[in-house]
Amino acid sequence: MSQLQFFLALIAGGLSAIALALSLITPFEQGLLLKAFLALGVVSLLRFVVPMGPWADGVLAVLGATALLTSLEVFAPAPPYFWLALTVTWLFAWLFVERLSHTLAPRLSDNAGLGLLIPVMFGAALLVVWEVVTRGANVPPVLLPAPSMIGAQLVNSAPILWADFVQTFIKSVLPGYAIGCLSGLAVAILVDRSPFLKAGLLPIGNFMSALPIIGIAPIMVMWFGFDWQSKAAVVVAMTFFPMLVNTVAGLNASSAIERDLMRTYAANYWQTLMKLRLPAAGPFIFNALKINSTLALIGAIVAEFFGTPVVGMGFRISTGVGRLAIDLVWAEIAVAAIAGSAFYGVIALIERGVTFWHPSVRGGRA
Amino acid sequence: MSVQTTPGDAVVAANNLGLTFPTNDGDVVALSDVNLTINKGEFVSFIGPSGCGKTTFLRTIADLEQPTSGTLTINGQSPEAARRARAYGYVFQAPALYPWRTIAKNIALPLEIMGHGSAEQAERVARTMDLVNLAGFEQKYPWQLSGGMQQRASIARALAFDADLLLMDEPFGALDEIVRDHLNSELLKLWARTQKTICFVTHSIPEAVYLSTRIVVMSPRPGRVIDIIESDLPAERPLDMRETPEFLAIAARVREGLRAGHSYDEDHV
Repeated sequence: MSQLQFFLALIAGGLSAIALALSLITPFEQGLLLKAFLALGVVSLLRFVVPMGPWADGVLAVLGATALLTSLEVFAPAPPYFWLALTVTWLFAWLFVERLSHTLAPRLSDNAGLGLLIPVMFGAALLVVWEVVTRGANVPPVLLPAPSMIGAQLVNSAPILWADFVQTFIKSVLPGYAIGCLSGLAVAILVDRSPFLKAGLLPIGNFMSALPIIGIAPIMVMWFGFDWQSKAAVVVAMTFFPMLVNTVAGLNASSAIERDLMRTYAANYWQTLMKLRLPAAGPFIFNALKINSTLALIGAIVAEFFGTPVVGMGFRISTGVGRLAIDLVWAEIAVAAIAGSAFYGVIALIERGVTFWHPSVRGGRA
Repeated sequence: MSVQTTPGDAVVAANNLGLTFPTNDGDVVALSDVNLTINKGEFVSFIGPSGCGKTTFLRTIADLEQPTSGTLTINGQSPEAARRARAYGYVFQAPALYPWRTIAKNIALPLEIMGHGSAEQAERVARTMDLVNLAGFEQKYPWQLSGGMQQRASIARALAFDADLLLMDEPFGALDEIVRDHLNSELLKLWARTQKTICFVTHSIPEAVYLSTRIVVMSPRPGRVIDIIESDLPAERPLDMRETPEFLAIAARVREGLRAGHSYDEDHV
């Protein structure tokens, strides 16, 4: 047991004892499960005599979370020992994750299921704390709604959220992303071939990529109308330059000896491009694709703040704040986060398949 | 210094060849007044300290560098025409295998570029992989192979399209001596079997003497030919031949040539 684990276990057990003592002055039948959890927390101090596996801490953390969530309705307002119990639960969850990651660390790579458990546990602990604090302390939902309210809104407003997702992600982000990335790639190949374009276009490209998105979004709305076309145009403008700059760098990534080899075969420009320079640029191109996957969603959502039909994620967020429908805003943010992560994840998976040969990817296969 | 032969047999013919690189610190004379004729079927080694122009000379033959004076013909053509006619295979100091291609696909690369059909590609890849003892590693990626195997694959790639001239630029320089001995004897067998003309750059005296029918000793500043040594060693060369008096006599002559060219002076080491 490391020093950190020792202190975590000691404080968790000690706080359980204090909380249990405080709870004794309340009516016995009130919050029984919570009291039982605290009693078990005191018992856990026995670990200094009889060793206890990490899973016991996991069970304690889950029990604590359940007890806290079920007893939320019981108290008004929540007594001090309730908050101590929340702290204890957090400490047990921390101790569990700490011990688990220590025992798992050497074999995390070949145990994907258990490796996933740690971030899931961490995220769940955050959600529990969020839920218990917002409801236990009666935080106004306008400031911060409880996760359960956001979850309920996700289910109840599913048709609205789906329509917004289609409008913003399917109609604006995907076409804009495809056009921006493909044209960036094509222009990069042109720039690479012509010294004139390289000297003339690249500085302008860097200048353009420094333009604030807030500045060009209203102009795009004026040029391309209120519907998804203007949002796609903003996405094109945002994704074009990262792809251009990365691809130009990537096309020079092949070594002199690799290019000399092509020359000894009297390979023409296109053969050298397709068989050497584009594959060598792969890691750079995928880097741009990953950067762009998050940029595209931001661009489309922000652009919708500047005029849109009455649908879309950015529209819902801006009007939701105005109508104090904060839980809907949070639900929309959750959808955007999930969509953005999934988009990035898909690109990263394709990257692993295509650039399997790159030293950063091939570790497991060599 | 040139060896006169009938023009039809000359694969490489250099006449007063010179090459000067302009740099910020003034011109660097990489090659000066090189006269050399290499005939069909010869195994010619170029030896000298770094900076003596041996690699530059090989790259000039390959049309990777342009001479600034004199004339150079490959098979009676200009170097550029010879390169376009795919007259030579080049083996670099590093294997330079493309990591996204399997070994078989790497060896097929020149065949793809030169437009061979897929059946012929498969047949040639199988044949050259057999020639360099790499059969069975077709589907491996370069980074899954040892350095010696990678360099053998790069030799197979240079052999795949059957050019009559093989240019090798310190191909075994990065390998340890045991692997190097092994690959040297394999290279001799391969040369005997394929009857190719080989130009071989090295800075190892035993390697040069063991492999060559002729050894060109070069010296730096400016890069020039000091001596050309004909080897009268028999065609059959077991590895232990390197302890015989005949072998040591040729090695001594090479060392003498290097000394005459001030290759052992302090500032060249």
